[in-house]
Amino acid sequence: MTATDLAYYSLVAVYSAMAIYTISFVAYALDLAKRSGDAQLAAKAATAPAAVGADAQGAGAERVVTASAGGRTVVLDRTATAAGGADAPRASSSGRRPSRFERVATSMLVLGLVVHVVSVVFRGLAAGRVPWANMFEFSLTGTAIIVGVFLVVRVFVDVSYLGAYVTGLNLILLAIGTVNYYVAVVPLQPALQSAWLVIHVLVAIIGTGFFAIAAGLSAAQLVQTKRDQAKLANLRFMDTLPGADRLEDLAYRVALVGFVLWTFTLIAGAVWAERAWGRYWGWDTKEVWTFIIWVLYAGYIHARATRGWRGARSSWLSIIGFAAVMFNFSVVNVFFKGLHAYSGL
Amino acid sequence: MARSSDRTAPGSRHDPSGQHRTAEQGPTPQGTAAGLTADDETDVTGDPLRPSDHVDGVAAPAPGGGGDGVTQPRLGPIGYLRFFWRQLTSMKTALFLLMLLAVAAIPGSLVPQRTSDPNGVVQYRTEHPDLFPVLDKIGVFDTYASPWFSAVYLLLFISLIGCIVPRTKHHFEALRARPPKTPARLSRLAGYRSVTIAGGAEGSGLDPASAVAAARAQLRRAGYRTEVFGDSVSAERGYARETGNLVFHSALVGVLLTVGIGGGLGYTGQRVVVEGQTFTNALVAYDSFNPGRWFSDSQLSPYSLTLDRFTTKYEEENRDAIGQPLDYTADVTARTQDGDSSEQTIKVNSPLAIGGSNVYLLGNGYAMDLTVTAPDGTEPFTDTIPFLPQNADLMSQGVVKVPDGLAEQIGMIGFFYPSAVDTEDGSGIMASSYPDLLNPVLSLNVYEGDLGLDDGVPQSVYSLTTDGMTEIAGAAADDGTKALKLTPGETADLPGGLGTVTFNGVKRFASLDVHHDPAQLWVLGFAGLTFAGLLTALFVPRRRVWVKASTTDDGLRLEYAGLARGEDPTLVRAVGDVASRHLTTMGVPADVARDLAREDSASTSNDTPTGPARRGRKISS
Repeated sequence: MTATDLAYYSLVAVYSAMAIYTISFVAYALDLAKRSGDAQLAAKAATAPAAVGADAQGAGAERVVTASAGGRTVVLDRTATAAGGADAPRASSSGRRPSRFERVATSMLVLGLVVHVVSVVFRGLAAGRVPWANMFEFSLTGTAIIVGVFLVVRVFVDVSYLGAYVTGLNLILLAIGTVNYYVAVVPLQPALQSAWLVIHVLVAIIGTGFFAIAAGLSAAQLVQTKRDQAKLANLRFMDTLPGADRLEDLAYRVALVGFVLWTFTLIAGAVWAERAWGRYWGWDTKEVWTFIIWVLYAGYIHARATRGWRGARSSWLSIIGFAAVMFNFSVVNVFFKGLHAYSGL
Repeated sequence: MARSSDRTAPGSRHDPSGQHRTAEQGPTPQGTAAGLTADDETDVTGDPLRPSDHVDGVAAPAPGGGGDGVTQPRLGPIGYLRFFWRQLTSMKTALFLLMLLAVAAIPGSLVPQRTSDPNGVVQYRTEHPDLFPVLDKIGVFDTYASPWFSAVYLLLFISLIGCIVPRTKHHFEALRARPPKTPARLSRLAGYRSVTIAGGAEGSGLDPASAVAAARAQLRRAGYRTEVFGDSVSAERGYARETGNLVFHSALVGVLLTVGIGGGLGYTGQRVVVEGQTFTNALVAYDSFNPGRWFSDSQLSPYSLTLDRFTTKYEEENRDAIGQPLDYTADVTARTQDGDSSEQTIKVNSPLAIGGSNVYLLGNGYAMDLTVTAPDGTEPFTDTIPFLPQNADLMSQGVVKVPDGLAEQIGMIGFFYPSAVDTEDGSGIMASSYPDLLNPVLSLNVYEGDLGLDDGVPQSVYSLTTDGMTEIAGAAADDGTKALKLTPGETADLPGGLGTVTFNGVKRFASLDVHHDPAQLWVLGFAGLTFAGLLTALFVPRRRVWVKASTTDDGLRLEYAGLARGEDPTLVRAVGDVASRHLTTMGVPADVARDLAREDSASTSNDTPTGPARRGRKISS
């Protein structure tokens, strides 16, 4: 296969991935709708027979004989407090079985990612280098990594309620990238011929993926906070999501990983700038915005330790931070004059 | 970094870290020895689970302030100073300054900056003649050196130092301190579990003392600092978290200082070198030079570089990228002070380190080798003039000035087309279709008159002021004389019998940037420390674990609990592991011990500490 063929197949794969992602998006949206129904049913059921589960949980210092080994009885003394008291996570968030829609959506997402990765690999093969040297390739690889990060986070914590957000965001970014930013495969200009292209840009993309997930969690947290204040009585499906506190914790942890990666991006970028441009920091527009994003997320992390800033206020910072990331990628790349003129447009 | 976010009232003790305040007041100080446990009461103000700066933390009562109504204490000048210092070093102010820094950095990305894009500033001035003076007055063209930007980051760093110093002191104290007493009611803490082992006859090893000893040994091996209090062991680990935090923030100060020092001691200089020319590292040899504040000429180590050859490679096959540069290589001969001479190459991503400075290849283009001959045969001008590239196909522009030796002063504006093609719109205007020398053509517009060189006003070698001159060859020439068109080796007559001009040939030039920054490696070192500190501060969990043993009627009762000090998602699991290992040591079969640990973590569902532990969580990053 020639490079042109590979680039063509890569493009075919992108469009296929987009089609599969669309199915996944629809299924995730249906899952949210189903969650609304489930939540309504659960609310009805809860009012009828006095919660059976609560009884068992609230039984206090119940003793459970766990084992009798070697003639010696070992007893685990359970106490009510250890089993989670008043502010346990919302009902049904942890024990919930994934709906059929969700299972379909996730399998489609995995399938879409596989096709997407094929597209990324073909593009890389066609170019004979890493597939993130211009805006199209950055979008292509970046969206794959957002989905990848989502699926990885999902292994550790159940964040499937973010599926619609992730697939939606992914579709938009991928479509914009492919339709507006597409450029043919071209070789690297001398300034980009460096190992730092692999490290600096890849870490930036992965960091962006974590920020995207964190922003989604923060947005969910904001909605949940509003609901807690009884300002949003509808949006029933939110009952099946964790509470605002839990979402805040998750968003924070995910954003932390992003922040560490972003710090590395900043340092690696400075090292590369020293090699390529003769100075490690020169307030180039892209440098400025990378710095602004770093400061915003530093502020977000500090906000969580500041009285009066926890909760909704800090989560706004996370969302603003991600908005700045998107701005840095789109507007700064295309409209701002600077040394990072690698959009290829 | 966690700071006390209480609005510390003037006069009260400044505590930079609620964490440590908690440490001092400690878990409830009631005796924990058997029989003394006061199970039912918790001292609210001394609640070990609530760091003092937690959102729900009980605010320290302001001294002097009465119950209702705000009574401001009287403040002297020193009192005010202390007040402002506390305000400045408070977390809220730091957060505000951080946000302000982000906002203040924005203007510099919206308008061109003198440091990074001086030509853009000039262009902005012509495009926005009304707006420019206003913006220039407030310094947005030098945003990052402007007083307001500097004020924000300097305040931020003062605030930061005001936080680091006392916190370091606290941390040193904490490092020397022993783990605090075991809380009276472990059951309120995270990951609590209680296991009773039946039996417990004398001599079976199932007595509280040996259980505690075993727990202590185990926790010690796991890197905990331990202290035995009666029938319990109190253990703490993860001091590196705070160390990392302090290293991160101190290293940031280090970065700022070294950047400042490096900028002051260093210099940057630019020089255009044509093939065959030699550049000597001396002040006069630079085309432009930006010294740091404390720069002195003696810093320039005398070396010289001769540009032997400049090679370029352009894409020839990929139809989508014809003419795109693939490689630039400058082959130079470097001579150092002691006479050593060596052949070196400089490429875009690989600068040459020589004489304590780095030489970077930042640009390149074509230089015209021209000779102007007077009618009498003298040569008033013969030189190689670098032409500045105007586009990707290297259409280049340059200026030739001949002040003496001819009947009139003449100036020429030259356009060079490395691969000239006719634009075919009938105008006869040419363009370049490829950056390499496929069909080199030089076109010269000739002006005669006053070059303006005698006024003593410095002029750019790249521009010609045509105000006092008349165009005698070119589009605007009165008599319709066309611009002179030359290919290498050709000679053309200057209009009006002024003489001739000969295009001897084209050479390449390299634009070299010489950069010296003695603190550069220090900056890198501090940046590395920043990163290492960040990783430690965010991902090393700081936690306390308690193991308590007591004899009950049913046997030996073992209690385990933990307390997160900072973000610690795996605390419950960690307490489970401690319990499981300890139970194994106590003679419980390993699988049963594991089940016990798992059983409990299952009952707390996921990794969110619930109940009191959740309230006790404190973020200190």
